[in-house]
Amino acid sequence: MTPTRILHADESDYRVARYAAAAIALSVAEAAIPTPLPGVKPGLANIIVLLVLMRHGWIEAVWVALLRVFAASLLLGQLFAPGFFLSLAGSLCSLAVLGLARHLPRRWFGAVSLSLLAAFGHIGGQMILARLWLVPHDGIWALWPVFSATATLFGTANGLITARLLREGTDEEVRVAGSGDAAVG
Amino acid sequence: MKPAIRPWLQLMHPGDWLCVLAALSITLYAAMSLWSPDRPTRAIVRAGGRTVATLPLDRAARYEVRGPLGLTLIEIEPGRARVKSDPGPRQYCVKQGWLSRNGAAAICAPNEVSLQLAGRSETYDSMAY
Repeated sequence: MTPTRILHADESDYRVARYAAAAIALSVAEAAIPTPLPGVKPGLANIIVLLVLMRHGWIEAVWVALLRVFAASLLLGQLFAPGFFLSLAGSLCSLAVLGLARHLPRRWFGAVSLSLLAAFGHIGGQMILARLWLVPHDGIWALWPVFSATATLFGTANGLITARLLREGTDEEVRVAGSGDAAVG
Repeated sequence: MKPAIRPWLQLMHPGDWLCVLAALSITLYAAMSLWSPDRPTRAIVRAGGRTVATLPLDRAARYEVRGPLGLTLIEIEPGRARVKSDPGPRQYCVKQGWLSRNGAAAICAPNEVSLQLAGRSETYDSMAY
């Protein structure tokens, strides 16, 4: 008989689960917003990823971001569809950019900088995968200004929201808000 | 209700302004370079099926080509070109006037001379198709 191994969830596991639940709720909610082009959307879940990055570090942010990609796709019926892979490529690229950008001096570069870099990482990853796989033609770059404008607008807005949450909300408040959102989602 | 902007502005660090500015310039630059019309940069003159001259479209010039019927005169101005005169009987290529779009062509068939504009990318005309 194999010995039973019991895994105990520690504080950080619960934290990741709560934040991921909030991010998934935001992803599902924003999927209801009609968009002219796939990829042009606010990316509200990135607020949560940035919040986790700035409060609890990069590793937990990676967990939250990837859990969000998988679970939101599953809920929306998009798992392993092209949109899922675009989302995953965007997320991975964005996390890599954040992994480098988190070393920027906090005094000079706040949440808005990180949010913009993450947004551009997202569209960069998506465009590269789309170019290599879905639309293997250079004509796809004609869409770049549209995505770039979207990333600029929502990157700034999400960054400001993150900065405000970081200043105003304690971890406890976010915890409550997060579980509330999860119940809705 | 007037939205309060000041509390939001206080959240911006100096580097954040820099990032917003960089993002805006990347977007504008990309839009201008990727969405600009593809302007022709040179005029290609062919006679008897061979390319006899490739003329830049950035300055005025004149070019004479000899064909079986006589001289065809090509005139270039910045950004456009035309067949100024041709010995052909029906004068189609002369009546076409100034060419300014990428890929546009004027063909003087009797004299076996053609003028075509070309830019960065190859475009198709109805004849190539």
